[in-house]
Amino acid sequence: MHGVLTIAATEIRIGLRNRWIILSSMILLAFALILVLLGSAPGGEVKTDAVTVVVASLSTLSVYLVPLIALLLSFDAIAGEIDRGTLQLVLASPVSRGAVLVGKFLGHVAVLGIAVSFGYGIAGIVTYLANGGGELGALIGVGRLIVTSIILGATFIAIGYIASASVRQTGTAAALAIAIWLFAVVLYDLALLGGLLASQDGFFASEVFPWLLVLNPADAFRLYNMSAIDAAAVGSNLGGGAGSALPISGLATMASPVIWAGMALGLSTFILKRIRP
Amino acid sequence: MTEIVKARNVSMKFKAVDALTDVSLDVAPGEQVALLGHNGAGKTTLFRIMLGFIKPTAGSISIAGFAPGSNEARRIVSYLPEQVAFPKMLTGREVVRFYARLKGAPLDDVQSVLAKVDLVDAADRRVETYSKGMRQRLGLAQALVGKPALLLLDEPTSGLDPLSRQHFYELIADVARQGGSVLLSSHGLSELEAKTDRVAILRNGRLVANGPLAALQDEANLPVRIRVRAAATAIDKVHAEIGGGRINGASVELFCARGEKMRILSKISGLGAKVEDVDVAAPTLDEVYRHFSKIGVDEALRGTL
Ligand SMILES: Nc1ncnc2c1ncn2[C@@H]1O[C@H](COP(=O)(O)OP(=O)(O)OP(=O)(O)O)[C@@H](O)[C@H]1O
Ligand SMILES: [Mg+2]
Repeated sequence: MHGVLTIAATEIRIGLRNRWIILSSMILLAFALILVLLGSAPGGEVKTDAVTVVVASLSTLSVYLVPLIALLLSFDAIAGEIDRGTLQLVLASPVSRGAVLVGKFLGHVAVLGIAVSFGYGIAGIVTYLANGGGELGALIGVGRLIVTSIILGATFIAIGYIASASVRQTGTAAALAIAIWLFAVVLYDLALLGGLLASQDGFFASEVFPWLLVLNPADAFRLYNMSAIDAAAVGSNLGGGAGSALPISGLATMASPVIWAGMALGLSTFILKRIRP
Repeated sequence: MTEIVKARNVSMKFKAVDALTDVSLDVAPGEQVALLGHNGAGKTTLFRIMLGFIKPTAGSISIAGFAPGSNEARRIVSYLPEQVAFPKMLTGREVVRFYARLKGAPLDDVQSVLAKVDLVDAADRRVETYSKGMRQRLGLAQALVGKPALLLLDEPTSGLDPLSRQHFYELIADVARQGGSVLLSSHGLSELEAKTDRVAILRNGRLVANGPLAALQDEANLPVRIRVRAAATAIDKVHAEIGGGRINGASVELFCARGEKMRILSKISGLGAKVEDVDVAAPTLDEVYRHFSKIGVDEALRGTL
């Protein structure tokens, strides 16, 4: 336990020192503020709360940005430390390999958590104030977005460890991380869309598609956030369109990224235990 | 007394490479042993086996009676890899504190090991500002923290200047005095400066020598070189008396076994004024090392002839 906390605290310290945290906060904040500006442009018709509109666009943004930041944070965690010789030192110490990974995971999730909280938190407050306050309940939406983004990020951090532990070169691990990102947040959805268009009998659309959608942690994240902010008010989207046919709904959707994170952590621990540094 | 390292007939095979063959090596508590060998001799491989990172393909090894890599073994072993790059953004003190925590060592140790390796002044600077030697000393500080019973140091003196190197051997002697064992690797005997109790030499994965330095010198039994400078006109007479080869017109050089040395020297002193100067050179540590490094080659040659 001592080792876990030490490793986590050091990861956070490194994240602060090498400006990882500040840089990813700024990126998230910059994108978020652009969306805030775009969102407030139409002006006239303000049926929906402005904060809610922004939360909706931010959750779409999260699907792309948060997994990317998470993977960039984790791809180096094991391959890089072997390269630099520091993993040998850690593994020579009395800390178990499982504890090493859990420590890194907690540290990296904290790093991502701080960045997401700052980036989205500031954007949310700016929107709230710029629109002259309004319902406080809308801010709860921001909180929900932050928490679920951190869960989504944790999933991809754990998946990044699998990439990092299975190859010996950091460069290869980086390539693998980008490939995972591309597949999970871009290609997967395109393939599902293609499947929808191709299936004539509707069996795919009604029986298979919803499950495949929830299976992908990024899509599950989007589904949950869209359903939570009453998708109808914001407009149609991939998740909203299939909303009625979903096999599971509400908070249960978030089980997908959580289960993925657990499995990925287990698998990367398994691989780490077999590494011969 | 129970041995802290006990390696019995350890062999390690990587696909086509025989990295270690039939190596048996003991290290007693409080003993300092130097593991020598050329590049690729198998030094790092032996360390990795002792740490439990890799399992030997044959033979057995125990660390204070425990399996290498077991919780008990890891609690008493400290390691310094041949190459390590600590996080550049952390300070030296933070790095040492990190490893102290992982080892469960008291944090008071941090300041004292930093003082031992002479890094107190730089302790609160980031590692990226350290010179090569300072990084090496930081690695050593990390290994010393927690008073390990066994220190495994892979080429700890590479990159150290002669003064730091001497300081390093003083530190190691200190560890040994307090009952800790040290196994360190190095490329040559001269680098060791005769500072360890025992020397083990690996050649192509085989242990070709294992004993105190003096014993190795005896065993090698390399000839002593005697150089005699004759007085202006006496060179022919001196040469006729003691033999050997003539060099640069005024000197005679001869080699003799160590046992012969005194007899020849007294003969030379009998020559009186004919001799202007005598220079006696015992075999250097490098020559002793080269002797043992070559043993394998000679045997191989004999085998093929
Ligand atoms: N993982 C591996 N796969 C294949 N061969 C290996 C592996 N690790 C080491 N070897 C081989 O084992 C032999 C011993 O290597 P080792 O690293 O132990 O040498 P060393 O004595 O530490 O050399 P140096 O002084 O250069 O550090 C070398 O021939 C090396 O190529
Ligand atoms: Mg080596």
